[in-house]
Amino acid sequence: MKLERSTAPAGAIPGAEAPARAQPRRARGFALRKGTVGLIVYFVLLLLPIYWMLNMSLRTNADILARFTLYPADPTLANYASIFSDPAWYSGYINSFIYVSLNTVISLLVALPAAYAFSRYRFLGDKHMFFWLLTNRMAPPAVFLLPFFQLYSTFGLIDTHIAVALAHTLFNVPLAVWILEGFMSGVPREIDETAYIDGYSFPRFFVTIFLPLIRAGVGVTAFFCFMFSWVELLLARTLTTTEAKPIAAVMTRTVSASGLDWGLLAAAGILTIVPGALVIYFVRNYMAKGFALGRV
Amino acid sequence: MARIEFKQLAHTYRADPRGLEDYALKPMNQVWRDGGAYALLGPSGCGKTTLLNIISGLLQPTAGRVYFDGVDVTERPTAQRNIAQVFQFPVIYDTMTVFDNLAFPLRNRRVPEPEVKRTVERVAEMLELGAELRRRARGLSADAKQKISLGRGLVRSDVAAILFDEPLTVIDPHLKWTLRRKLKQIHQSLGLTLIYVTHDQTEALTFADEVVVMHDGRVLQSGTPQELFEAPAHKFVGHFVGSPGMNFLPCVLEADGARVDGVRIALPPDVVAKGRRAGGRFEIGVRPEALRLEAEPRNGAPRVRIEALAELGHYRIAAVRLGTHPLKVKLPEEQEPPRDAAYLCFTPALTRLYADGVLVG
Amino acid sequence: MNKTYDNRAWFLVLPVFLVVAFSAIIPLVTVVNYSVQDIFGPGERYFVGLEWFREVLRDTRLHEALWRQFLFSGLVLLIEIPLGVAIALMMPRRSGWAASLALVLLALPLLIPWNVIGTIWIIFTRPDIGLLGYAVNSAGIPFDHTAAPLDAWITVMLMEVWHWTPLVALLAYAGLRAIPEAYYQAARIDGASDWAVFRYIQLPKMRGVLTIAVLLRFMDSFLIYAEPFVLTGGGPGNSTTFLSIHLVKIAVGQFDLGPAAAFSIIYFLIVLLFSWVFYQVLQRVGTGDRR
Repeated sequence: MKLERSTAPAGAIPGAEAPARAQPRRARGFALRKGTVGLIVYFVLLLLPIYWMLNMSLRTNADILARFTLYPADPTLANYASIFSDPAWYSGYINSFIYVSLNTVISLLVALPAAYAFSRYRFLGDKHMFFWLLTNRMAPPAVFLLPFFQLYSTFGLIDTHIAVALAHTLFNVPLAVWILEGFMSGVPREIDETAYIDGYSFPRFFVTIFLPLIRAGVGVTAFFCFMFSWVELLLARTLTTTEAKPIAAVMTRTVSASGLDWGLLAAAGILTIVPGALVIYFVRNYMAKGFALGRV
Repeated sequence: MARIEFKQLAHTYRADPRGLEDYALKPMNQVWRDGGAYALLGPSGCGKTTLLNIISGLLQPTAGRVYFDGVDVTERPTAQRNIAQVFQFPVIYDTMTVFDNLAFPLRNRRVPEPEVKRTVERVAEMLELGAELRRRARGLSADAKQKISLGRGLVRSDVAAILFDEPLTVIDPHLKWTLRRKLKQIHQSLGLTLIYVTHDQTEALTFADEVVVMHDGRVLQSGTPQELFEAPAHKFVGHFVGSPGMNFLPCVLEADGARVDGVRIALPPDVVAKGRRAGGRFEIGVRPEALRLEAEPRNGAPRVRIEALAELGHYRIAAVRLGTHPLKVKLPEEQEPPRDAAYLCFTPALTRLYADGVLVG
Repeated sequence: MNKTYDNRAWFLVLPVFLVVAFSAIIPLVTVVNYSVQDIFGPGERYFVGLEWFREVLRDTRLHEALWRQFLFSGLVLLIEIPLGVAIALMMPRRSGWAASLALVLLALPLLIPWNVIGTIWIIFTRPDIGLLGYAVNSAGIPFDHTAAPLDAWITVMLMEVWHWTPLVALLAYAGLRAIPEAYYQAARIDGASDWAVFRYIQLPKMRGVLTIAVLLRFMDSFLIYAEPFVLTGGGPGNSTTFLSIHLVKIAVGQFDLGPAAAFSIIYFLIVLLFSWVFYQVLQRVGTGDRR
């Protein structure tokens, strides 16, 4: 919104004799500030629980139980040190990243052509197909635990990354199709038609013309796929035993092994937040753009 | 209805403008007559929309004052300025009916409902929207939506001016003409001040009594379509208005005229005198319409080579070369085009002299 | 939108169909299979018809869990949707560092694994070491989510709102950003109040994204498992035993596969029915012109 009014120093404009300065509009300015204050309060509340865990992670268990302080009076990295001395942690991170990336790639690869089909064509059973896809997001993961385990056992996929990645497509593919379809519907059909008239084949048109147009949509979709796969634990834990165990499951193990060591638990929690925070940090501008352009 | 006046108005979007080049609008004084139909013409990014938004109060100018009928309104919010504005893309309230859309500005101002009904019906009648009043606005065609946008401006009895920001961009060509005629009718019957922003010169020249040409944040010229055509105040105006634009030939001044690559072109003595006083780089400006091609040499008309001929319906454009300088000449339909060479004749009354791009006479 | 009719589009949908069918249809068939059989072990199974369904439908603990679940999802929608929209309205309108920072902060809770969410809130609300629990107790109000059912509910709701409101806010923000500037300008010229701008411009333009937000929040809150399980384990008593927790208790805890499968199917149908109803309602709300 072009509300802001810059204040040029009087006389900055040659030939303007003491330009009269317009006053900023107070009412509007106040409303804006009220919103910003609200937002800041909200973000403080949002960050408070995370801060608290960070606070705990920098203190020893004895210290936590002995006194209540708002900040670590005697900060220590002992909790982190004991976690990093355990190799299960590295592999946990790597396992999570492998299946999350696999899932994101698979979801995008299959969802892109399907979303295009839904946004451009009518075909036999299109509505039913779309709705059926969405219903898979509504299936309680708990429902599928046992059947999944049996299915992947049959195929010898238990404790592999691809098993978790495939299981997660169950809720990520429908979402990806849904979001991408929204973005694609925003691209005028004339663009497709022009490209075909110009002699583009479908794959070439799709990759060189169409994909760049919905870049932001692909980014937003990838973000959501990454997110839902990264945060899911129930299926990931059930389908893995040692080789492909996700980081979040490693964390619960650390916890049970050390009983109620709050400091250790908090440190483990903080460490599982870090990758997500890094991902958001790197995609932040892309996200802003995607959210600005997209009619999700 | 109002007379709008700018005094030392300037605007920049920058927080720390370092010089004039950071200003989207350079300091200007400008008067918009009450009841005038103005077209604001210029290329994209020249400051047209900025100027419009300053009139409507969507933008606060960095410097200077805006007066409506002599009253300083610079600090007044948009809603209190009684300005109507129609945007490039139709703005309608999707969830409302056409009637509610048109009634919206009145209801916001707490006009009693019987009066709302009367006014809306009158305006709908005028815009030929009467049959659509009960329909949802979202399903309508682009031109109907644009009419609604316009109608929301017209329902208010006290509008000072209606501003149009390239309102016909999304309208089908065959409807553009009808809609433009509608605008003209409304202007004539209501006597409103209209300011119409466009980068399309045909639209500007057919719509307005007075055309204001802008370039790079400055008003270069403001005058009737004929003035812009016959005596562009600035080289840019010459290029921008007219199709093809004005020809410009670098020249040197002599006692009784100008010389272009050894060819003498006659100029009135007072123009030559003014040119000498102005100094600078001289150019001759001449419209393709003010040039003729003759088969026989007459009055020392220079011989030119014809390089190309373009057939444009009821006239032709000949690209010729005078010495080293390319020129365009408009040939009337009935004239048999001369073959590869001809003699170029100037119309003295329509031959202009420019010094450093500014009209001398 | 006039789409062309072309059945060759199926080739484009085929990959999705295969991938999802592999992960959905085969397990679903297994579940249906279980739901009508009594299984004692490998090779020892008997067809029992709808017996498990009857048993499950008579189960009072299931009824309680179901009502609990409805109450929970209802509260989630009532709180998170308006709150998310309000936050989106407060977000900076222009792109810039402020908008980027706000987006990063909003997205943060969404990228925390669900069991860690539970852990965060245990640490935050425990009366002995948690900031919230300690502060409330110091103010003279006894608060312990491990002992009092109401406190457990409040804690779970707080956690849920904290965790998922950002998603609603992000979606609503995306919807707001898609509104062309000219709409706001026209509204100012028409003398519209802030409320009218919200009611007639922002809300209608957000309808699409809000439909997605309502559906996603309904589905996911109805299926919630990991966060409350870590936080309260379904207790105290059964006070926060939601449907998923109940289901896992039957299936894994008691290893009653038949009833668990029958329960799963009923569960699935409930989510399906409600999602469909929400979808239909939201498609019509505010447009009025869809026949």
